[in-house]
Amino acid sequence: MGGVLRKLGSLAINGVWRLGFITRFFWMILLYSGQSFTRLHLTLRELYFSGVMSLLIILVSGLFVGLVLGLQGYETLQRYGASESLGTLVALSLVRELGPVVAGLLFASRAGSAVTAEIGLMKVTEQLKAMDMMAVSPIARVVAPRFWGGVISMPLLAALFSAMGVFGGWLIGVVAIGVDDGAFWAQMQAAVDFRYDVLNGVIKSCVFGVAVALIAVFEGYDCVPTAEGVSRAITRTVVSSALAILALDFVMTSFMFRG
Amino acid sequence: MSRTTLDLWVGVFVAMGIAALFFLAIKVGSVSGSDIQSPYTLTARFDNIGGLKARAPVKVAGVLVGRVSEIRYDNERFQAEVVFSVDGRYKFPTDTFANILTSGLLGEQYLGLDPGGEEKMLAPGDVIKKTQSAVVLEKLISQFMFSKAAEGDTAPAK
Repeated sequence: MGGVLRKLGSLAINGVWRLGFITRFFWMILLYSGQSFTRLHLTLRELYFSGVMSLLIILVSGLFVGLVLGLQGYETLQRYGASESLGTLVALSLVRELGPVVAGLLFASRAGSAVTAEIGLMKVTEQLKAMDMMAVSPIARVVAPRFWGGVISMPLLAALFSAMGVFGGWLIGVVAIGVDDGAFWAQMQAAVDFRYDVLNGVIKSCVFGVAVALIAVFEGYDCVPTAEGVSRAITRTVVSSALAILALDFVMTSFMFRG
Repeated sequence: MSRTTLDLWVGVFVAMGIAALFFLAIKVGSVSGSDIQSPYTLTARFDNIGGLKARAPVKVAGVLVGRVSEIRYDNERFQAEVVFSVDGRYKFPTDTFANILTSGLLGEQYLGLDPGGEEKMLAPGDVIKKTQSAVVLEKLISQFMFSKAAEGDTAPAK
């Protein structure tokens, strides 16, 4: 009994300690951001690796999610003779929820894991310590550019995902099945509001970007410097990013879209 | 990879992202700020608003002219008070009629205005006096049943 309680206690203390550490780490990144922005090409390089390299998976997944939404949505809507509302269904579900969430999950597994692996391996080979010895702050040189690369690319990727999904829904609905083109777009435009729907989706994707990028750089920086430690850190990045995205999504949805 | 190709790709990526945002803003959604200019508010009281909600459209002759901004219950008149904002370009006579209508059989409910013939126009903050409540399907059915039953009573007497 005492053993179980002790275990629970150590788990709680460890959790709170890590939470405090990640908060201080976040503060450090913000502090050193100015210093890292003076060498902008570092951030641009990370923007390339996490943003541009994720384009393919984001665009293709967005297209397929849109295609599936179009097919399944049509299946249900045509029973009620409302197949013209297909555009509304596809656009609203993508812009509000699926775009930010699925793009965030893909981004965490495509770019977040890569960032963790990179920083973790730098720690294993003691490159971070070497930088410290040379009076180069590893947070300004390595961590902050990767963090900002992720934060900037995430909303752009989510917007691309949603746009691609709407295009996919249009392909299935209008081109393949034959829903009226004018009604498809007109009903969509009547139902989707820029401030209420699109902007809230963008805010969501920005928050997910901060969460995923912070978790990724933190897990890499915090990892146990062994081969096993790096692999565990990568797993933790993907798992905790996914959990963070889904939990934050629920919280934000309940604040943003209350009937 | 050389610096210039990297810059080029990042530029392409950012441009694509911004283009996607524009696509979502213009083609997928409608920018709500631009279609209602310099709005003024009017109020209408109803016995029953049915399923009318805040942000529901306000239409005249089928054209969107404003949105419902607030719905509250007036505890002195025992009526629902609907506050809505209307585009400043449009003016309505003081004897304008406000109805709660439904678009289609199962569609959403909206506020429909029927302009009257008065020469004086409604000023910002005015209250529309002539209103018609939402049609509640249950009431309609019960009225129909009641009249049918009444018919049934009188028919054998003839």
